[in-house]
Amino acid sequence: MLLLKLALKNLLGAGTRTWLNVAVTSFSFVLIVFMSGFYQGFLEYAQQVTLETEVAGGAYWHPAYDPDDPFTLDDAHGIPPGPVSEQLAAGKAMPILLTQGSIYPEGRMMPVMVKGIPPNQNIVTLPTEVLGEYTGSAIPVLIGAGMAHSAQLEEGDVFTVRWRDAHGTYDANEAEIVSIMRVENPGVDMGQLWLPLGKLQDMLEMPGEATYVVAASGAELLADIGEWQPKPVMFFMQEYLDVIEMKSSNAKILYAVLLAMAAMGIFNSQVLSIFRRRKEIGTLMALGMIRSRVVALFTAEGGMHSILAFILGAIWGGPLLFFVATKGIPLPYDPTEFGVIMAPRLIGVYGIGMILGTTLLVAVIVTVVSYIPARKIAKLKPTEALTGRSN
Amino acid sequence: MDDNHIVEIRELVKRYPVGGGHFTALRDVTTDVVVGEFTGLVGPSGSGKTTLLNIIGGLDAPSEGSVTVLDMPLGGKNHKELAHLRREGIGFIFQTFNLLPVYTVFENVEFPLLLMGMNGEDRRSAVNQALEWVDLMDKVKSRPAQLSGGECQRVAIARAIVKKPKLIIADEPTANLDAENSHNVMGLMVNLNRELSTSFMFATHDEKVMGYLTRIIHLIDGRIDEDEQVSKPKYREGK
Repeated sequence: MLLLKLALKNLLGAGTRTWLNVAVTSFSFVLIVFMSGFYQGFLEYAQQVTLETEVAGGAYWHPAYDPDDPFTLDDAHGIPPGPVSEQLAAGKAMPILLTQGSIYPEGRMMPVMVKGIPPNQNIVTLPTEVLGEYTGSAIPVLIGAGMAHSAQLEEGDVFTVRWRDAHGTYDANEAEIVSIMRVENPGVDMGQLWLPLGKLQDMLEMPGEATYVVAASGAELLADIGEWQPKPVMFFMQEYLDVIEMKSSNAKILYAVLLAMAAMGIFNSQVLSIFRRRKEIGTLMALGMIRSRVVALFTAEGGMHSILAFILGAIWGGPLLFFVATKGIPLPYDPTEFGVIMAPRLIGVYGIGMILGTTLLVAVIVTVVSYIPARKIAKLKPTEALTGRSN
Repeated sequence: MDDNHIVEIRELVKRYPVGGGHFTALRDVTTDVVVGEFTGLVGPSGSGKTTLLNIIGGLDAPSEGSVTVLDMPLGGKNHKELAHLRREGIGFIFQTFNLLPVYTVFENVEFPLLLMGMNGEDRRSAVNQALEWVDLMDKVKSRPAQLSGGECQRVAIARAIVKKPKLIIADEPTANLDAENSHNVMGLMVNLNRELSTSFMFATHDEKVMGYLTRIIHLIDGRIDEDEQVSKPKYREGK
């Protein structure tokens, strides 16, 4: 108790020096929570966008379909099995037909994935209704903003699209961009050409066929559907979670670097502070304070630093984090250019566990980095500490 | 150990490692200090005054020989036992005062009693008495940075005497003070020496301090060159 009182007295008595240390530590606190929250928010947003624009309630895949192998697309098409067709008829699912193709905007050739989707679907949040409203003679096409940017295409542009039909014959026609959608999921944007499903079925001579069927969110995913393979939401998210796990390993390295930087800053200031107080430490020893109590005193000062830093961080960082969690921070550039799912405003997600965990971690680090130099200096002979000399 | 002795030193040698060899700071020092003595270690820089005081105070260890302070042989004692000796039995006064800068005058003087675990009421009473001795009752809430050099040294004296130690060690206590303040703090210490029979050991080459000493040990090159009893110190009676 005496040591805590002395530590608090030393801290408050040191004035500017204490508050400078506390400010640096509180900055580390807030920065780490701020960054962690952004990463958490980024992940949650990415998952939400993936669900809304692509995965919905899961899917039924044609048995030959392998999204990682484009050569399977030649064979990966067929009429969905009966029970799935019933869901289609009830509006609880939608068929998607895929083929590879090429487009030739202004003479440049670009490979694309041509996707047929029912224009009137409401399973995913893509603005496909514009495909049904087209009255021109070309093939109506919907593309994402990222694709439009990279291919330098605008709404109303007409270009040649080439594909191969069910018989292996190459065919080509004029396509017109009826709309450019702003969507954060590059999986439905980059290199993707969205057509009305019926139109693509006609082009490929595959009436009523699909490559896969997307179930509506909340719809029951049928298990017994013959050769077609039901793919639950977790299948898609697992794939996604694997990526997240890989990325979170990277994130852990980032946090470790951030923490190490914060710890080095704190260590530096603690070392400076403690070594500047060598004479004081020598005096304490001369007055009869034993080494372990000297170490405990300075370590307690470090621990109290972190408590004060937490309070200060809560005062200035709390409103900042609240603002970031509710309003977000707008990106200074177009998120569709990144090639990963990013919200136009970065929203932080700050959980109690994360804040407490970070607080505890930083507190432990501050205490440890206070202990190390204090222990070193307490090992000095009192005469050396009194004269300010060190080994 | 003789009951009247508070310090007994026998054939003390102190060496410091320097480069590949060593420097001998004290050679075959043998002496005693009795209760109530007002002793000064006098000599030029590097003669071993501070080293001898540090060893007596348990701040440094002898290389050879034996040192017994307040009935405790210092040889082989660990840092906890030496800290206990300093905490309970020895007061220190430093050349540069060594006050704790964030504490008030009262808190600085109170600090040794906190380390001893004295209860609050006794502590406050002892601190007030010590501050009265040094005439600093009007500065109890001041911090060291707000005090003059003389006032700082008076606080240091109060801190040294507050626990009523048997021995006070003072290393060049007047080196940072002007003549008037030097006489003031020496006068205070003489009074304490008389009233409490506290033994004082000084390291000094200040003529003013020497004028108050009842015993002067002259050190040259780490040896006792002369051990002089002063029957009529120059300033002692008049100040």
